Amino acid sequence: MIRIEDIHKSFNGFPVLKGVSLDVKKGEILALIGGSGHGKSVILKHIVGLIKPDQGGIFIDGIDICHLKGSELESLRGRFGYLFQGGALFSSLTVFDNVAFPLREKTKLNEEEIRQRVVHQLEEVGLSDAGHKFPAEISGGMLKRTAFARALVTKPEIILFDEPTTGLDPVIAHMILDLIRSIHANLSFTGIIVTHELGRVFPIAHRVAMLYEGRILAAGAPEEILSSGDPIVRQFISGSAERPTQFSER
Amino acid sequence: MVLVRKLGEITLGGLQRIGTMGLFLANAILCAATPPLKVSWIIKQIWFIGFQSTLVILLTGAFSGMVLGLQGFYTLNRFGSTALLGPMVALSLIKELGPVLTGLMVTGRAGSAMTAEIGIMRISEQIDAIEMMGLNPFRYLVVPKLIAAIIALPLLTAIFDVVGIFGGYFVGGKLLGVGEGTYFGEMSNYVRLEDVLEGLYKSLSFGALIAWICSYKGYHAGFGAEGVSKATTQAVVLSSVLILFWDYIMTSLLF
Repeated sequence: MIRIEDIHKSFNGFPVLKGVSLDVKKGEILALIGGSGHGKSVILKHIVGLIKPDQGGIFIDGIDICHLKGSELESLRGRFGYLFQGGALFSSLTVFDNVAFPLREKTKLNEEEIRQRVVHQLEEVGLSDAGHKFPAEISGGMLKRTAFARALVTKPEIILFDEPTTGLDPVIAHMILDLIRSIHANLSFTGIIVTHELGRVFPIAHRVAMLYEGRILAAGAPEEILSSGDPIVRQFISGSAERPTQFSER
Repeated sequence: MVLVRKLGEITLGGLQRIGTMGLFLANAILCAATPPLKVSWIIKQIWFIGFQSTLVILLTGAFSGMVLGLQGFYTLNRFGSTALLGPMVALSLIKELGPVLTGLMVTGRAGSAMTAEIGIMRISEQIDAIEMMGLNPFRYLVVPKLIAAIIALPLLTAIFDVVGIFGGYFVGGKLLGVGEGTYFGEMSNYVRLEDVLEGLYKSLSFGALIAWICSYKGYHAGFGAEGVSKATTQAVVLSSVLILFWDYIMTSLLF
């Protein structure tokens, strides 16, 4: 469903992606792991065409998103849901209006149908009492759950999660991942989860890919990654500060 | 050789920026000319750019008119022409000071806020979120500001002019003794429709200019709080300079 072919990307002459190739099958959840600053979020933004690669291609069901423009790109993006790292909620809108926004702007549903969908979605993420609040009035966990509700409300085929549990307390983090699992069971969406929190994500991921220094170092089932003999993969999983990778090299 | 290369780089960089700004404006105009227009967003912006700037326009308009009345009276008194105080104040305000000072005030009050708002939306990925929903951010962020500024600026300028004329009358007429009939009567003899239209065209173009520059700078803000603060400063400085530059061009063309 998603095929990334040898993408390269540099920012101000500094190479971030140096030939990333990756496949994600329909209905699969892929966990994309790797150290900070290695380009995981950059890959997600390439997949939805927010960033164009210097070289290589990204294909969604065979369509190269890098060459799409205008209404074609807008219509392809309509198939995606995206949970941004910081939530990216509109600060001038309430929680309810944030979740309703894509429905109001992209669908022909009437206000009552929109209300029902939003109320259901907010209930699903445990925010049924927070609809009237503004993003500045809610906690980080609520903010992420609101963003999650907004990403889900259009029932997208593909959902990209950029660090969905980072900065949350363990209970909320657990709840969000349970939610991803249960919604996946209902909707069978294709998902990519960018994360550092391996222990939490491994149980819900069908496959794991590790990004290291701009390339995919290892990819496979969670068990294969856990039993990998690669010293860098092993170090990342164990969280050890000893070699091969140290602070000075990052 | 190094100097030539550097000069070339600066020139090419400058041309590229002008080109990007031109494309930004063209995209905004294209979106404004094609449906759907976000009417509620436009009304919100008219409220913000127009209504909420009224107090500052009332104050600056009143004091500008009062200064003109005072200076004008003493200058005209040397030539024994204080009867022309009304036309002098009115023409100065309607043709020049009204549009320019209104433009500068709106740049400071609303233009800076436009840049900061869009800049914060850029760095907090809210613009990416709009794009991700398959929507065009220009329709929500740039077009409403452009249309609202084009509507609000002439109205604010009209308020500025009227308040300024009465400010001039307060000083020239009430404090310094120019008669009410002389002040307003001479005004209607000397101020023509073309003068009013000149001010109107200027204020329309200043509205477009402020929304264009301030939205552009916010849309392309750099990273973090520093990026937004830099973009805001640049937007205010560039808009102010361009208002004065464009005022000169328009005055040359319209005379």
